Amino acid sequence: MAIPPNVTPAAFDAALAAWRAAVGSEWVFTAAEDVALYRDAYSPYWGEPEERVASAAVAPATLEQVQAVVRAANAHRIPLYPISTGRNLAYGGSAPVYSGSVVLDLKRMNRVLEVNERNAYALVEPGVSYFDLYDYIEQAGLDVWIDPPDPGWGSVIGNALDGGAGWTASPFRDHFGAHCGLEIVLASGEVVRTGMGALPNSKSWQHNRWGYGPWVDGLFRQSNFGVVTKMGLYLMPRPEALYSAAATTERDADIVPMLDVLNRLENEHIVNGSTGIFGGPDGAAASFPTWTCSVPIYGPEKVVRAQMDYAKARFTAIPGVRFTEGELLRTPLSPEAQARVRLVNFGIPNLSTFAMLGRSPSNPDPAGGHIGFSPIVPRTGEALLEFKRFYRENLAKLSGGEDLGIVGPVYMTCWDRTLVCLIMFPIGRDPARNAKIRSAFEGWVRLAAARGWAEYRAPAAFQDLIADTYSFNHHALRRLNETLKDAVDPNGILSAGRYGIWPKHLRKV
Amino acid sequence: MSRSANRTLQITPLALLLAVATSSARAAPPTVEPLESGRAVYEHWCAPCHAAGPGHPGTQSLQVKYGGRIPPVLLDRTDLTPQLVAQFVRQGVLSMAPFRKTEITDAELAALAAYVARNHKAP
Repeated sequence: MAIPPNVTPAAFDAALAAWRAAVGSEWVFTAAEDVALYRDAYSPYWGEPEERVASAAVAPATLEQVQAVVRAANAHRIPLYPISTGRNLAYGGSAPVYSGSVVLDLKRMNRVLEVNERNAYALVEPGVSYFDLYDYIEQAGLDVWIDPPDPGWGSVIGNALDGGAGWTASPFRDHFGAHCGLEIVLASGEVVRTGMGALPNSKSWQHNRWGYGPWVDGLFRQSNFGVVTKMGLYLMPRPEALYSAAATTERDADIVPMLDVLNRLENEHIVNGSTGIFGGPDGAAASFPTWTCSVPIYGPEKVVRAQMDYAKARFTAIPGVRFTEGELLRTPLSPEAQARVRLVNFGIPNLSTFAMLGRSPSNPDPAGGHIGFSPIVPRTGEALLEFKRFYRENLAKLSGGEDLGIVGPVYMTCWDRTLVCLIMFPIGRDPARNAKIRSAFEGWVRLAAARGWAEYRAPAAFQDLIADTYSFNHHALRRLNETLKDAVDPNGILSAGRYGIWPKHLRKV
Repeated sequence: MSRSANRTLQITPLALLLAVATSSARAAPPTVEPLESGRAVYEHWCAPCHAAGPGHPGTQSLQVKYGGRIPPVLLDRTDLTPQLVAQFVRQGVLSMAPFRKTEITDAELAALAAYVARNHKAP
């Protein structure tokens, strides 16, 4: 049996005994074969000494059990690493950031506590996946949509807390931005409810996120200040239709006015769907447009047709830009339509995204896993063209002259005013190849930071590296985070190292 | 059902459903009830990747791997033993990460393996 670092066998035995008493022996995992299930299948350090691995796992099913587990860990100074569904693949999966931590597996907390159709919100526990919430709503026949990210088996809470995004309408795509109210177990075991939830017998916890006094919810996003055990989230009333179009051009420079139009239409809430920017002529057939902006609009049919007319007028005012209306799809989708659309755009979770880097005719021998570098870039055509040049000029150099299977850049527009310029890296089980990928990844992080661009969400192995790039005023933000960490978790038991925040006793001088 | 009422639902009561499932994947031909339990596990955890048709990465992967020599849809296969199914679930393969016991319990895995391997024929 593995023992967490800096923990005596006696202290670990005492914690294990307390956990078994709290959750039942069958939900405390110490056997090597059980603990191995918590390895990160996409770890860039797979099989190497630096791979982040758990020492054990404990799986409570209730709030009270979480409190008991955390209290015992705090008493015996055992590092805990909470996970929700454990499917945060490419960002660490179910493995801890600090090797040797005990995983606090919240998958068994899988209740949908409420779905309110009239005010369009839900209240869920951490083990609830997008599949689960979708099934619940479908079975209840409620007229609301969820906003799924690419893989549907992720946790609704976990994805929001990790800064994830989805594929339906703004503002639901911003999963943390669309949350309303948290319940948190602190390192002491005390339970806190945020926003209106701080009012005993509150009747508006999921109606109003702000409550009274400082809004602390943001402290629990990408952090290690508490264990979130409940979260409210806003749902989207099922729109009557989705109407899509494409604006295209053959000229590279046209992306500048096109993005200005797109931004204006989004900021005016004329275009509310998940837009896309595709193209760039590298390697494309001559007949392929140089740039394509997809323009999806959700809403009542009469309204979206008028919005589309307005969008068309704005785009076609740019000389040389063509605008092609696509199909208007009414909801609920027919089975025939469901078979040919991208389901996540219709609030339907699925796992088709794994086909992208999985085995396929064009990729018969895939690496298996992947990680991504996704710097945030201003949503302007000039910035996009600069990133495109940046990628082209540095790919060979950062890959050591080899083809490492790096794919990019993919321009994502999940958040208003923001471009996410995704570069994807294959991760396999060959340590030598993974070492080259790690070196390339680190190179991209450092070069991008020098341009003023940085990652929004990091794989566990690179969270320190990314945090280092957010260094304004001699790492003032990190020092503030450390001050908060020391105050709220003085023994440093929760998620040590997550997003670069280390407890005092593990901090590098 | 009220369309705005507060409700509580335990989503995966599979452990309860599977109380009668065998704890081992080796056995005589499984009875109907464990097969039904196994089907529920399959539908929840496996079908999103391994069902028939486009949009299922597991099926796509096995189509390319075997080139049609073996059916790409898991439920169409006759070569899978319960032991092999259990091994893939707990060890994973390529982009399919292993499934933990909080996701698929040992009892659920036994039922799942029996269900997926229900058409197994000895070579």
